[in-house]
Amino acid sequence: MENNKISGAEAVIRCLLEEGVDLVYGYPGGAIMPVYDELYKFKDQLHHVLVRHEQGATHAAQGFARATGKVGVAIATSGPGATNLVTGIADAQIDSTPMVCITGQVGKHLLGSDAFQETDIIGISTPVTKWNYQITEASEIPEIMAKAFYIAKSGRPGPVLIDITKNAQFDEIEFSYKKCTSIRSYNPKPTLNLEKIKEAAQLINTAKKPFIIFGQGVILSEAEAELKALVEKSGIPAAWTILGLSALPTNHPLNVGMVGMHGNYGPNVLTNECDVLIALGMRFDDRVTGNLATYAKQAKVIHFEIDPSEIDKNVKTTVAVLADLKESLTALIPFIESKTHESWHNEFKAKYEIELEAVINDELKPKKEGISMGETIEMINKHSKGDAIMVSDVGQHQMFACRYAKFNSTKSNVTSGGLGTMGFALPAAIGAKMGMPDREVVAIIGDGGFQMTIQELATIFQTKVPVKIVVLNNEFLGMVRQWQQLFFDKRYASTEMINPNFIAIAEGYYIKAKKVTKREDLDAAVAEMIASKESYFLEVMVEKENNVFPMIPTGASVSDIRLC
Amino acid sequence: MENKTFTISVYSENNVGLLNRISGIFLKRHINILSLNVSESEIENVSRFIIVVNTTEKWVHNIVGQIEKQIEVIKAFYHIDEETIFLENALFKIESSLLFDEKQIQNIIKESHSQIVTVARDFFVISKSGQRAEIESLYEKLKPFGIMQFVRSGRISVSKAKMEISTLLEELKQEPV
Repeated sequence: MENNKISGAEAVIRCLLEEGVDLVYGYPGGAIMPVYDELYKFKDQLHHVLVRHEQGATHAAQGFARATGKVGVAIATSGPGATNLVTGIADAQIDSTPMVCITGQVGKHLLGSDAFQETDIIGISTPVTKWNYQITEASEIPEIMAKAFYIAKSGRPGPVLIDITKNAQFDEIEFSYKKCTSIRSYNPKPTLNLEKIKEAAQLINTAKKPFIIFGQGVILSEAEAELKALVEKSGIPAAWTILGLSALPTNHPLNVGMVGMHGNYGPNVLTNECDVLIALGMRFDDRVTGNLATYAKQAKVIHFEIDPSEIDKNVKTTVAVLADLKESLTALIPFIESKTHESWHNEFKAKYEIELEAVINDELKPKKEGISMGETIEMINKHSKGDAIMVSDVGQHQMFACRYAKFNSTKSNVTSGGLGTMGFALPAAIGAKMGMPDREVVAIIGDGGFQMTIQELATIFQTKVPVKIVVLNNEFLGMVRQWQQLFFDKRYASTEMINPNFIAIAEGYYIKAKKVTKREDLDAAVAEMIASKESYFLEVMVEKENNVFPMIPTGASVSDIRLC
Repeated sequence: MENKTFTISVYSENNVGLLNRISGIFLKRHINILSLNVSESEIENVSRFIIVVNTTEKWVHNIVGQIEKQIEVIKAFYHIDEETIFLENALFKIESSLLFDEKQIQNIIKESHSQIVTVARDFFVISKSGQRAEIESLYEKLKPFGIMQFVRSGRISVSKAKMEISTLLEELKQEPV
């Protein structure tokens, strides 16, 4: 009689295939070796990318997920392999990124004995996962893996960690797979209440100065077309949070820019002048609201949100529409009256003129000798024509990238928003490019963050993934330096960086590299980078002590945004 | 907003690790849990947590939202004391000789409506159910005689209003996703 039993490890691979996964990121080690043995056997169906540090695996999986909308997968061994995933998991949790992490664990009989490379990754990852589970019997694998993918992707997405003891990887089971479609204690999609839609429409239709702020919820629920339709029909000015960026084309006439600490002047100041604030799939993060006590107090707030725990968490709502955004916007649009709100738009335009004079012109057409970060982003816009996916790291360059990038299509801005993880961009760009091979992917990184995950250059070299890497080098941890300048009397404690020869490092990984120090060379260098069919490293030496403005100092009101 | 005592009731699946997940939500807000009790509920395979905290209504609202968001949590509620029937249980271990040497002890036990659970040669054990103040008052009265051991359970409580978990579970079962 034929033995149709398979090992737990093979079952893990078969589950991934059942879920449509064809690409995983990871790093092998003792407790996950049975799974790697199966990866070897299944390499034609399931491509494994060997990163150079497990943190890179999580960020690559995140980049993949953010660019494609699919679940990213990262695999690591027990102990240090698992703990190295934690930063990426926390990042995915706070930025609602669907990701499944699989970790090996010591055998069940060794659990709790302080065995070699044993760590309580369930305990460690609990606060930063949407769900986690330790599998100790092979028979649990199909059901738990199915739950993992369902939970990661449904509702408000997030990271799931599945820890599998070594015995469960070795033991044999009869395999059958059934996708998970519901869990009795979990309600990912609240039922839309049409009454709330009508209340919202009533407020919106009678508003004199309505204002939309949209977040990543638009992208996660794939409601970009509905957002555009709502904005165009209602004529309401729409601003975005940095995770909402690219959900509406940046050149759309009703797109008024970015809210938050380094957002645009108009959207921030006018938040405190609008009469109805319509929040779409965003969570009123403190970097968006500034001081809550003085945030949009004059406005009636309508919050469209899928996660009930976000309602009234930070800002008290007048009407809460709990539902998947695509569904709620589809229901809302027919009730909305066609308007243009011309004079209200003129207020945004007037504020934009102020910002243009005070900030933007100097940034994009600097009079200083040194290259600015903003003009570099503008140069990338010119050569990518707004079609690239921009993956930014964390710091000043990130704010410049988000402020000045031009995007024609959605899922184009990949950045670490909530957690602010330096080192995110390089591995995330790898994931984004592998997920969307036909799109141009440009990583924008500071000289600090670049050195936090610089080892992933080896992953780029080994896989030949053609990502473009731009390091904006100001030889400082620029954002911290800016705060030291503004709030700590220029005491530049540990922010100046004496950097290595990045060109030599890139070339050491056999990646084409170029350094630009003069403005007149920037255009040609960016053109060459974008034209390159292979990965390309471009280092741009930028003005050392430039600041990002406008800025809402911590604890200040959005109306007290500083232009200089 | 002023701090108040809130009783949080959580109905959940009976899974390993959920206690850690729930307690983490208090930890990240730096809130001390005053008492915690986990037991079976009126529904088979459904656990019930009773957690008592002292905080503001806004925070307890946010916390309950974040608890309810956990995958294996079915439903969570919060109540102020007036909305629940609640009590705690305490055990006092006391030297047996005192029962005979100190006659007031017998009166104290009688007046406090507590029970003698066991009497051994060296010690006897009193059990007292009631609200915190009653237990504390008994503790104060017994203290001068010497208490060998004292332990108090977490609060257990039932709400005056319906919680309707069974109906909710039935609905969830029928709803195709």
